Order: sequence, then structure tokens, then C-alpha cells
Amino acid sequence: MAEQKTMTINMGPQHPATHGVLRIVLELDGEIIRKATPVLGHLHRGIEKLAEAKTYHQCIPLTDRMDYVNAMGHNLGYVLAVEKLLGVEIPVRAQYVRVMLAELQRIASHLIWLGTHVLDLGATTPIMYCFREREAILRIFEEVAGGRITPTYFRIGGLPRDLPDGAVDLVRDFVKDFPRRIDDYEALLTQNVIFQRRTKGVGVLSAEDAINFSVTGPTLRGSGVSYDVRKATPYSRYEDFDFEVPVGEKGDVFDRYLVRMEEMRQSRRIVEQVVENLPEGPIKADAPQVVLPDKEDVETRIDALIRHFKIGFEGFQTPVGEVFQSVEASKGELGYYIVSDGGNKPFRLRVRAPSFANLSALPKMIEGQMIADVIATIGSIDIVLGEIDR
Amino acid sequence: MAEREVIKRMRERFPSELLDYRVFRDEVTLVVRRDSLCKIMEYLHDDLAFDLLTDLCGVDRFTEHPRFEVVYHLYSIKRNDRVRVKVPVDEGETVPTVETVWKGANWYERETFDMLGIAFENHSNLKRILLWDEFDGHPLRKDFPTEGRDFENPVLPDT
Repeated sequence: MAEQKTMTINMGPQHPATHGVLRIVLELDGEIIRKATPVLGHLHRGIEKLAEAKTYHQCIPLTDRMDYVNAMGHNLGYVLAVEKLLGVEIPVRAQYVRVMLAELQRIASHLIWLGTHVLDLGATTPIMYCFREREAILRIFEEVAGGRITPTYFRIGGLPRDLPDGAVDLVRDFVKDFPRRIDDYEALLTQNVIFQRRTKGVGVLSAEDAINFSVTGPTLRGSGVSYDVRKATPYSRYEDFDFEVPVGEKGDVFDRYLVRMEEMRQSRRIVEQVVENLPEGPIKADAPQVVLPDKEDVETRIDALIRHFKIGFEGFQTPVGEVFQSVEASKGELGYYIVSDGGNKPFRLRVRAPSFANLSALPKMIEGQMIADVIATIGSIDIVLGEIDR
Repeated sequence: MAEREVIKRMRERFPSELLDYRVFRDEVTLVVRRDSLCKIMEYLHDDLAFDLLTDLCGVDRFTEHPRFEVVYHLYSIKRNDRVRVKVPVDEGETVPTVETVWKGANWYERETFDMLGIAFENHSNLKRILLWDEFDGHPLRKDFPTEGRDFENPVLPDT
């Protein structure tokens, strides 16, 4: 028998299918992958170190930049962690608005995933449609927060200002329009023979392996494990809303696709419930030590002006201790771990990024498969390198 | 009160290995001894069903002794319960790897090694993960320079 030779090739650091700067060293036997080694860190910016030199309020914009397609989710995780550390309870209206924006962001994030994932597989049309729908969501963000990609809208203790007039109408329009759109995508893809051949039985991850590799989010649920932080340990009033957690069976690329498609429908359902039941009331917690005052008060009242500068420059003192708060981001369980020494800056801020753990299971999914399946599998775990490298 | 249950079980099973425990904001923290970490983690995984290693990271408490803490966040999907395990470790000491219990620990331990310079015993591939191999120092240490002469002249890889 002839001696078997393998060839090593690099996929990346710049490759359209790696969705960012990621290099994967592939050891190939013909077209079969014998060994895959992801090499990351090309985008490392030291955000955890930066946070140690900033006050708690100043850290919020850093969180936007980690997963730049799911900025609201990161904002939410961080402010909830600080609020947990402080023991601050925020008003219901603010919590509902947060849920609404986080769910809209989940839809936007999944739309980017859908467009780029099927583009990798050769379908060029859906990305145009997906960006059109995402634009509608970004328009809502622009109206509400002023920013599109990096909204930085959540504050410790609530929201900086209430929803502007007309924002809720924009959300209503989107909610009404979206089911028709998502049916269109499904009609294009789900029954498509080429799409099915490329995705069914590809990149299989069993439930035991998924748990063992700390995989979370749609990638874990695609493998048949019904674990969703929104249901398991509800935060920000998720228990008030009626929604289901879709679960796959086989753990292949196709199941992950189906899970995310259904998740978009469920997110739309949550947004619909928020706009129907949005209560009136304040949008900031009654905690003057930590909450920034209203801008109108800053211009007219000296005590508000002093408080504004004091919180802006010095921040606030925190109890000594440590908290871990996780939220269900679009990629999986996103955790913020804050160690406080009682000062106005985090002593240690640690981000448990879902993409990091999900990527670590990639070699398990693709070893023994064809090189074209690497493309399909990377797309299906929906990684964002900004979050992996931090 | 599932959370108190963890403390009770641990106190019965590991009276001398469990150094300390506390509850802050409803979160349980167990501080355990470094040399019996594997045994404790296997017990938590197998008997108490903490099947998901949510997170693993390190904390640098510079000027204190022991200097570092390695922090494990565990979650049980079956029982919907969380626990935090901490291991105090001093400079130059190593921590046994928990890769044998959770494969996901592989990358987390590499990251902790990269950022804080804590070595893990018996790890299958203890290399830097976020920074390049020639990088000098461990950035998340409190005494790592963030400005000044050393900062202006970083060690760059050969290209």
C-alpha cells in the first residue's frame, strides 16, 4: 500500500468564509481534513485590561465593540452585571425597552448570519434581502439611541432617555412586516435541494460533546439541548413574555439553520408583546448615587450639574465582592464577571464570550469531513472575531 | 435552596479541602485547595451534575499572597444551578488542568496562561492563544506596563 501523505494549508487569516481575521491550519489528506487548528488573536485589543482603567460608566462603550453585530446584547449583559453588583432594581418600563431592543438586535444579528452563511454556500440573493430587513432595525436604533452599530444606549440604572415619538410606530411596522419576509427566506432555502445537500449531516456535534466543549446558544440547541438563559435564569423580566425555545435533533448545520430561523420568529413575538404591553413610568432607577441625571436638569439645576460631573469623572463606589451575570446573546451565553475591590473601577472585568467556546468545538465538528464542509460549518456556528479576541 | 445544598455536600465530602465558602448576591463561591482540585471537579461534574463549564479565568491580586486566583464558573443544565469555584495560587505555582473533566477547559486555560502567566499542569497544549508566541509578559497582570518605555517598544514578531 502506498504511503499516505498529508498536506498542510492555511485558511485565513483573511478568507471570506472565516468572517473576520481567523486562521485555520488544515492538515489535508486529499480533500479530507485530518486535523484542524484554529489560530486566533489577530484582533486582540485588550478590552479586559482597558476596563480596569475606566469607571463603570466609561466601560459601556467598550462592550459595544466586542460583538459589533450584537451590541445591544453586550450592553445589556454589562449593565445587568453592574446593577447586580450594586443591588439596584430598575423600573419595569426600562426593562421592557431593554428586552425589546435586545430582541431586535438578535434578529439583526441572525439576519447577518443568514445572509453571509448562505453566501458562503453559494446563494447570493438572500444577503440583499437580509440587509434590507436589518436596515429597518438599524433605523429604529438610530431613532432611539443615535447610533446604528454601536448604540451604547443602556445605562447603569436604566436608560439615558425615553423612547422618542414615533419609535414605537417604527417597531410596529417592522413587527407587522417581518413574518412575510422570513417566510420568503424559508421558501428560498429550506426545501432547496442544493442547500440541503450542503448542510444535512455536515459538521455534526453530539449533545454530549457540545456540553463538554462549553458550547452554548443556537449551536448547542441545534444539538438537541434545550438550554436558554432567558428561560433557565430569567433576567430583565423575560419571565413576563411568552416564547418558545426551538431545539434541533441531529446537531448538523441544517439543524442550526432551522433553530436560528425559528428564533427570529420567537424574537419577533417577544417584541410584539413588548410594544403591546409597554407600561408608562420612569426609565431610571431611584438611585441618585449611580444614575446620571436628566440632561434638562443638568442645564437648569446646580445639584444635578454637580452630580453629573461627579458621576462622570469619579464614578461611584461599589460594594466589595464579585458577580457573574449571563444573558442569552445571539451567539450563546454571554457572561460578565466583575470583581470589585470597592473602588470606582472594575478590579477585574472578565467577558465570557460565547463565540470563543463555540469555536473551540470546530475541530471536533470538521475533522474527517471535506474541505468544502469547513466553509459550511464555520458559517453555521456564527462566530464574531471581535468577541473571541476581545 | 439548591445553592445551600452544594455547600452542605461539599463540607461533608471535602472538610479539609474546602478552604472557604460564601454567598454574595445569591451566588455561591467555594474556595478550594489547589492540590485536590481535580478530585473536587470530578465530584462536582459526576455527582452534582455540573456539566457545563461556563467560564474559567484568573484574577491577579497583586501584592497579596497568594497572588492569583483561578476562577471556575460551573452550571448544571439538569438542575439549573450555578456555583463558582476558586483556587488560590501563588507566583511560580501550577494548577492541575481540568481538561480531563471538560474539554472546553483547553482554550480557557490557554487564555489564562497567556493573559496572566499561570501554568496548568498536564495540559495537552499549553501555548499562548490570543497573543503571539514571542510576546513578552502577561498583559492582565497588574504590574504589566500600560504606558512608558516598555510600552513604546513592544516585542514584535519576525515577519
